[in-house]
Amino acid sequence: MTLTEWLRDPNPASRLQSRMAQTYLSWLRLRRNKLAVIGLMITVALVLMAIFAPLLAPYDPISQNLQERLQPPLTAGHWLGTDDFGRDIWTRILYGSRITLYIVLLVILTAPVFGLLVGTVAGYFGGWVDQVLMRITDIFLAFPKLILALALVAVLGPGMVNAVLAIAITSWPPYARVARAETLTVRNSDYIAAVKLQGAGAMRVIWGHVMPMCLPSVIIRVTLDMAGVILTAAGLGFLGLGVQPPVPEWGLMISAGRKFLFEQWWVATMPGLAIFIVSLGFNLLGDGLRDVLDPRSAGR
Amino acid sequence: MALIEIDTLSVTFDAGDRRVRAVQEVSLNVDAKASFGLVGESGSGKSTILRAICGLAPITGGQVRIGGEVVKSPRSKAFSAQVQMVFQDPYASLHPRHTIDRTLSEPLAIHGIGDTDARVMAALSDVGLPTSFRFRYPHQLSGGQRQRVAIARALMLKPQILLLDEPTSALDASVQAEVLNLLARLRDERGLTFLMVSHDLAVIDHMCDRVLVMQHGRAVEELSREALAGARMQTDYARSLFAASADRMLEG
Amino acid sequence: MTLLRVRNLRVTFDTETGPVEAVRGVSFDLGRERLGIVGESGSGKTMTGRSMLRLIRPPGRIEADEMRFDGIDILAASETQMRALRGPRMAMVMQDPKYSLNPVMRVGAQLMEGLRQRDRVGRVEAHAKAVAALNAVQIRDPERVMEAYPHELSGGMGQRVMIAMMLIPNPDLLIADEPTSALDVTVQAEVLSILDALVRDRGMGLIFISHDLRLVARFCDRVLVMYKGRVVEEVAARDLLKARHPYTQGLLNCLPRIGGNRGPLPGLDRDAEWAR
Repeated sequence: MTLTEWLRDPNPASRLQSRMAQTYLSWLRLRRNKLAVIGLMITVALVLMAIFAPLLAPYDPISQNLQERLQPPLTAGHWLGTDDFGRDIWTRILYGSRITLYIVLLVILTAPVFGLLVGTVAGYFGGWVDQVLMRITDIFLAFPKLILALALVAVLGPGMVNAVLAIAITSWPPYARVARAETLTVRNSDYIAAVKLQGAGAMRVIWGHVMPMCLPSVIIRVTLDMAGVILTAAGLGFLGLGVQPPVPEWGLMISAGRKFLFEQWWVATMPGLAIFIVSLGFNLLGDGLRDVLDPRSAGR
Repeated sequence: MALIEIDTLSVTFDAGDRRVRAVQEVSLNVDAKASFGLVGESGSGKSTILRAICGLAPITGGQVRIGGEVVKSPRSKAFSAQVQMVFQDPYASLHPRHTIDRTLSEPLAIHGIGDTDARVMAALSDVGLPTSFRFRYPHQLSGGQRQRVAIARALMLKPQILLLDEPTSALDASVQAEVLNLLARLRDERGLTFLMVSHDLAVIDHMCDRVLVMQHGRAVEELSREALAGARMQTDYARSLFAASADRMLEG
Repeated sequence: MTLLRVRNLRVTFDTETGPVEAVRGVSFDLGRERLGIVGESGSGKTMTGRSMLRLIRPPGRIEADEMRFDGIDILAASETQMRALRGPRMAMVMQDPKYSLNPVMRVGAQLMEGLRQRDRVGRVEAHAKAVAALNAVQIRDPERVMEAYPHELSGGMGQRVMIAMMLIPNPDLLIADEPTSALDVTVQAEVLSILDALVRDRGMGLIFISHDLRLVARFCDRVLVMYKGRVVEEVAARDLLKARHPYTQGLLNCLPRIGGNRGPLPGLDRDAEWAR
């Protein structure tokens, strides 16, 4: 039996096999969307770049070489050029992807989880629980994201962990809203009524039955928001409130290149392009995932 | 003493600015191992009675007693081991992201009952489904197969009472016959008590001993099976309902 | 006179797991009569009805050796020609009026929209025609219904509004897909008698799609019984109860009857031969 046959078996013999079969079908559906595949490839490339940065990078990202400062792109040994301290820009972008990925991962692990929890609890219980939780959410939504993040970093002090914390705190409310909306449509369905009739407690219903239905829309939202997270992180870096020099962070690199924007354009443009490509990748992937994961299109 | 006693039950909802009186002072009794039918058109409150019994709709007046005891709000775990419900739409009553295995083992997990594998397999074969279906998702099943899973789920906790809310109205005629036969067989094997809602008089007649005709949330007339088949109704409404179902008569 | 001629109609859906044939070689002729199409879910009866209007969305494909409505080749017609056919000449009533009416538009405005836009009829005249159409489907207070939003109507009322809307341009062919399945039995009878009178008075052709054999037997002239995308039997409706094909017989026998015995209902043993 080949792997494809195993995946296409209409009568899976185990939980693992049935889950893998579903994943395989989702993959087939995603694969039909060419742009989503490009988005996925960009995302995978980012991950690989981050993992293998030390192997791929021709130089050290931090040590300076003032003799070769501000070399234009396509000069020998520096195909993306060098910055004002003579550091190879390609090397710094490679190492910068680690920072970017680190920020993205930390935000994914905190904000959506928290938002999902708040949204499902508010939507499921309704009444005053809903009122209290959603008004708190509204308060967070009322602040412009970057301003709130700036205020938080100003209080907590600059640094990567604090930047992540600030981004996470400012980005959970939309997830809570999405999850709540989804919960409201699911809450009165027969399958939730059925599990309540079995005697299930609220936590079991929310965790085991409501959350799986909210997850797809939250995942789509997260993927689409990743571009925004990267931009906010870069923005904080640009303003000097995120990662501190000499650590190679893309936003920080743009900020440093600002001084030579007209004469040595590549110093700021190359990390800008990196941000652009990665953000585009996440957006394309998110759009494709919408087709695959949307509960309305699933199950066919 | 009847197993299910419903005494002047009223259900009132607040729907925005107006109050909807879905059920108004309806009383009925169902003996153990008997089958009782509720018929009426949409909006007659027949499904609301089932939902009120199991706590999905509020009881705003009167009483529901199961085995002589007034039901508590919220319903206890003991209640759920005694009373279960099968819903109308098999496409909406199974969790779309849970395998059949998960759906059937969930009640066991909630009540801390072990021996999950054997019980799930037994439940599948009891409702006439191959055990190879165990790890399928609902969308890989037909409507009739889904309704069998829903019945299996309702029986996992070995309840005495099954509330059936139009269990076959979303199914094709031949599948309806199979599901009705399955329900009748399970009733005989396990000594179940049915309270069944349907808009189809023929289905009610086939399954139930007594039937209550409802209209606009009120009880219109209670009939025995013989009175129904013999068209011996007292009220005009029950008669008009019967006349509209004339093509469902034996000779039809 | 033949209004609609269909030869070897096929509807195929291309899915991830390969092509799925929903309709496999259906042929029939329709005059100014009531043709019933019955079958269980998945028999392809709805897809057959939608094909007549070319209302199959990708990944679905329609193929046929011949499909002519009043001499017009439906498969070769341009999208503009099809738009001119859909509505004025061929209309369709769906199962649930809830999903067919625009929820944020008054019923009257929806009824008059077609007249005003397509036929350039004046406001007063359009209003009069809409009221007349509502009268034709036996709505007692048409003026109130005109001012109502769809959610304020009951199911039976909504379905009558749908039928009225379809009838305003006076089509030659009406395709009704389970028009009464969402309705209560007493309302069902009224809607059917309205449809019946319209077909008789206006000389329309009607394709009546339903899963309910007894209903079709009572209401139509001729019946196609479909199974897995094929027509297994074609009978005159009055002979339906004496149908010969084991599938048709099985469908009839498996229904419970009032006053019938309470033993197990006969099941339907499907024969793989029927689907060939």
